[in-house]
Amino acid sequence: MRIAVPQFPGTNCEFDTKYAFEHLGHDVRIVWHEEERLPADIDLIVVPGGFSYGDYLRSGAIARFSPIMKAIKAYADNGGYVLGICNGFQILLESHMLPGAMKRNENLHFVSKHQYLKVENCDNRFLRKCKEGEILNIPIAHAEGNYFIEEDGLKKLYDNGQILLTYCDEKGNPDNPNGSVDNIAGICNEARNVFGLMPHPERAVETVLGSDDGIRMLEGFLS
Amino acid sequence: MKAIVNVYLKEGVLDPQGKAVHHALGALGFDSVENVRIGKQIVLDLKAESMREAEKEVEKMCETLLANTVIEDYSIEIVQ
Repeated sequence: MRIAVPQFPGTNCEFDTKYAFEHLGHDVRIVWHEEERLPADIDLIVVPGGFSYGDYLRSGAIARFSPIMKAIKAYADNGGYVLGICNGFQILLESHMLPGAMKRNENLHFVSKHQYLKVENCDNRFLRKCKEGEILNIPIAHAEGNYFIEEDGLKKLYDNGQILLTYCDEKGNPDNPNGSVDNIAGICNEARNVFGLMPHPERAVETVLGSDDGIRMLEGFLS
Repeated sequence: MKAIVNVYLKEGVLDPQGKAVHHALGALGFDSVENVRIGKQIVLDLKAESMREAEKEVEKMCETLLANTVIEDYSIEIVQ
């Protein structure tokens, strides 16, 4: 399988993402944001984490207008799979490829730690190897992960099963590190081909680093 | 011409920075404060034929980039 990973000025998780998918035996191409075209025959785009454009103005607000984003949007509009991790999620929100927006964490801190997540929906390509209600241990590292969506939008997310992951403790009880609406950690679009989450599954692919639960998530995309 | 753009979180969207500052002011004895909202100000120097044209142009900038209208409101003031 071939995966494209766009790289913006200030992106810093592109090599971790490459490492993780190569670890799973796949071919990863890092693509500079000024490119207007994606590599041929890709099966997945992963928009990685970091601080694109220094998070100036708002996280992801400027990266959204990079030339490569047009190609990514067209790829998604054609049904291609796109996953945004952390800053990648913020970029997809700013691009309106996913609904809602990010605010500063409620406690105003940059939160960097391992966090338990509950799988709320696995009827999608991303989490199809997980089970509903399963608890995963995945690192988070962000200052703007306080997901917000207005009431009607939130209802739509529930009605369509678009809420994929929520923050919880080891036993699955809600445990919210950032003030996110209804403890939301990850969502997908209505067509279920664009995914975004604040936690970093690519940092959880080897037990020596604390957890390999990320493998089950990333493997979902792989045939 | 100058455009002064104020961007702030919409009413009803909890402002974590405002809340923290409100709390700090209370701790300092400023009991009269009922609410604090924190936003950002963007000042643009621009060329335009008229104030009306400038405002129209800046409004487009706000809708496209300067504000995220999912959570933010903005106001524009044009100064000669």
